[in-house]
Amino acid sequence: MTNSNHQSLSDREARLAFWMLAPAFVVVSAFVVFPVIWNLWLSLKPVSLADLRGGSLWKFNLTLENFHKVFSDPDFVAALVTTLIYTIAGSTLSVFLGMIAALLVHEEFPGRGLVRGLFISPYIAPVVAVAFTWSFILDPQLGVLNWVGVDSGLLAQPIPFLSQRWWNLDFMGVTVRVPLALTSVVLFEGWRYFPFAFLFILARLQAIPDELYQAASVDGASPFQRFWHITLPQIAGVLSILFLFRFIWTFNKFDDIFLLTRGQAGTEVLTIKVYDYAFGEFDIGASSAMAMVLFGVLSVFLLIYFRWIAKED
Amino acid sequence: MTREHFEVTIIRILRVAGLVFFIAIVAFPFYWMIVSSFKSLQEILLKPANLGIDIRKLDFSAYYEVLFRHGFFRYISNSLYVSIATVVFSVGLATLGGYAVTRLHFRGRGLMSYGILLIYMFPAIVLVIPLYVVFSRMGLRDSINLLILVYLAQTLPVALYMLRSYFKTLPMEMEHAGLVDGCSRIGVIWRIVIPLSAPALASVALYTFMIAWNEFLFAFMFLDTPEKFTLSRGIVQLAGSVHLSKQLVMAASVMVTIPILLLFFFFERLLVRGLTAGAMKG
Repeated sequence: MTNSNHQSLSDREARLAFWMLAPAFVVVSAFVVFPVIWNLWLSLKPVSLADLRGGSLWKFNLTLENFHKVFSDPDFVAALVTTLIYTIAGSTLSVFLGMIAALLVHEEFPGRGLVRGLFISPYIAPVVAVAFTWSFILDPQLGVLNWVGVDSGLLAQPIPFLSQRWWNLDFMGVTVRVPLALTSVVLFEGWRYFPFAFLFILARLQAIPDELYQAASVDGASPFQRFWHITLPQIAGVLSILFLFRFIWTFNKFDDIFLLTRGQAGTEVLTIKVYDYAFGEFDIGASSAMAMVLFGVLSVFLLIYFRWIAKED
Repeated sequence: MTREHFEVTIIRILRVAGLVFFIAIVAFPFYWMIVSSFKSLQEILLKPANLGIDIRKLDFSAYYEVLFRHGFFRYISNSLYVSIATVVFSVGLATLGGYAVTRLHFRGRGLMSYGILLIYMFPAIVLVIPLYVVFSRMGLRDSINLLILVYLAQTLPVALYMLRSYFKTLPMEMEHAGLVDGCSRIGVIWRIVIPLSAPALASVALYTFMIAWNEFLFAFMFLDTPEKFTLSRGIVQLAGSVHLSKQLVMAASVMVTIPILLLFFFFERLLVRGLTAGAMKG
């Protein structure tokens, strides 16, 4: 008797839980889970943008042609290399800048709260607004940076930061060829995402017990030694997790490069190829295949991440 | 001078220099955005190196033009509509779902929590093409309400995750008392859980608002009709149509940036909490 009573109570609870979760579950399934599956389907079919009006999206004409196209694309290797440079340099820079900013703000000074808020603003501001502002600042015709540089005699001529692939940097008689536009988008990446690292590193810094520093001082460690032997080991864990996160997200980043350069001048990363296949070549199949490749890479990194977290626990 | 003294002095100098450098690098683009929006086209073209602005010659015409000739009055209300609707639905559904995951027992509860974490790592660029295909085919793509559903799906996992961790910290005794006194589960949520969770709900609301307000990719891909544009979508359109009139693009950028930065400065603590929980995305 009591048993069946209990049964019905837990049944009721499960049913209530079901209805409370159902709306969220439906929305997320429809707009996150389903597209991934649907994307796999599209990547295995010859689909063009024109097929979205007529044609059958359900026909069972599966092929690996799209993947073949993606991998044998003459630009594929270049795009992969660009993506890796962009991702590694951008992630390193944003974590590094975040660490410096956190160290600067860590100690008390007047106006500290305001500075802390200011430092987070690049991350809060809409990407469209900051991307267009930076491209205005860097513009070779109207940009303030170039004009101030030329007027002050620092620059012989304006530098097209976002529209030129290579730039020769003459330094003490040696000429170095710099990938100009790629460097610019990496710097933008560092500027926009350092607050992410900044927040986490600052929180970690504030959790380091004072006794550690006091003990080190008593032992005669100088400030730089204290940083090297105490602070750095204490934040090493958070630095590496932040790097992994930034790596995952930068690898899949589309908005920033699209708004700054549209993938021109040596900044064509794999996410830009997803867009270009679909809207430049009208080839939805190849675009989906490219997205599947990105998704595969992401899964590998997520696996690393979850393994790592499991180990940390 | 001891080594300690020497290094302390060096650090002090480096700290001041570093702060000045960071403040300049972070603040300058925002400063430039605002200053340029008050300049005339002539000023932009003839004096691109003028770092300041003549206060007596503030020019509001860029705002007038953008608001009334380029449709931004409409885009502002569209952006507000989309963002507020996303906040309302996201907070509502995440409260129900978060409560179910923490307090109710059902099969698959653990899996659900793991799934939440996994799903919010999915990048938008992988989702946007298949969604574009489906909704184009169904003829539903160019819709602002569809956009709300997309944003809801993007923000719900984070919202659920945040509320779940917050609900876990709430004492169960009050809820039990409520249930014993004859409240339904929904009554308990409404009368006890929601009032106790006000700060967490505010964090979720702010975070969700920020995501929806700032979103670019889906708005760009989905919306074709100018009457339906959000601010970000409208700015991309504007930047593509005016070549030299940078003051217009800057005025529009100011309009999309200032509200979100003001919200942030007023509720910094709440939003930072949302960011650190949801920061994994972005």
